[in-house]
Amino acid sequence: MLNEHMQTVFDYPDALTPGVTHYCPGCTHGIIHRLIAETIDELGIREKTIGVAPVGCSVFIYNYLDTDFAEAAHGRAPAMATGIKRTLPDRIVFTYQGDGDLAAIGTAEIIHAAARGENLTVIFANNAIYGMTGGQMAPTTLPGMRTTSSPSGRDVEVQGWPLKMSELLAQMPGASYIARRSVHDPGNINKTKKAIKTAFQVQLHQAGFAMVEVLSSCPTNWNVSPKDALTFIKEQMLPYYPLGDYKIGDAIKTLV
Amino acid sequence: MAKGTITIDERRCKGCELCTTVCPKNIIHMATTFSARGYRPAILVDPNEQCTGCLLCATICPDVAITVYREIKPKATTPSTTRNT
Repeated sequence: MLNEHMQTVFDYPDALTPGVTHYCPGCTHGIIHRLIAETIDELGIREKTIGVAPVGCSVFIYNYLDTDFAEAAHGRAPAMATGIKRTLPDRIVFTYQGDGDLAAIGTAEIIHAAARGENLTVIFANNAIYGMTGGQMAPTTLPGMRTTSSPSGRDVEVQGWPLKMSELLAQMPGASYIARRSVHDPGNINKTKKAIKTAFQVQLHQAGFAMVEVLSSCPTNWNVSPKDALTFIKEQMLPYYPLGDYKIGDAIKTLV
Repeated sequence: MAKGTITIDERRCKGCELCTTVCPKNIIHMATTFSARGYRPAILVDPNEQCTGCLLCATICPDVAITVYREIKPKATTPSTTRNT
């Protein structure tokens, strides 16, 4: 029972606005938003952080995080963030992008931002599907996975293989920190938090491009319960998208 | 074992049940009544004070609906686990 000897050990982060998100029940966007908010609070950078919102389910992130925000055209968040960071180099600029945004229409922008070694932090939520538009096949959809536009399962002979963005971007000399994490259980959520914090610290040290790919769920469009969606990440997504640090640049070895 | 408790903000909870799947004591259940937003919110049913304030439910809650409290030990020598310092 709550009494005067109890102290609060977990509370709502200051950098999250008080409103309720529009996300479906069990959607892990909310977890990733919280991790970013906690990181911003812990680093004390709320007043100088500018986020760039994507197009997709997380388009309204500017309503949920209590920092400055700009809304980019679909996939162009890294390009817009480049402009903001170069104009205001003392600010902390991050983008939050889904897989439809980052790995489909925005593939060119993210690759060139990493190739240029822009001082940006990218949080990439990969749920292997287009959520907002109704569950169509994304470039990250797993082989054999059923979506509304691949009703008999993704056929790699016809539709090709899913993109592994972390592995791809880790090849870039400009990329400083590339990691893939997951939010399917509390232990992995805590590891994701640490990686997101590192990605922001990389920018604070002006060490170049940092991206954290977070495997997230979409219970509504996967047609499963929130609990089964987390099991799907663990059993189906992890084998294709292994977790780990794909690039840790020499300049940031002491941070990780 | 440390004693703790949680409060669940019914206005934020969307009834996704993820907290019930991670609670090691199985003391979080779903309400039989509806919240104002039309969901069945999670509720703490802890008559034997089993909650330890382990943070697992709050960690996995996608809607940040859970606040966790833990009893202060009078002779605590370990550092506080408070999130923000």
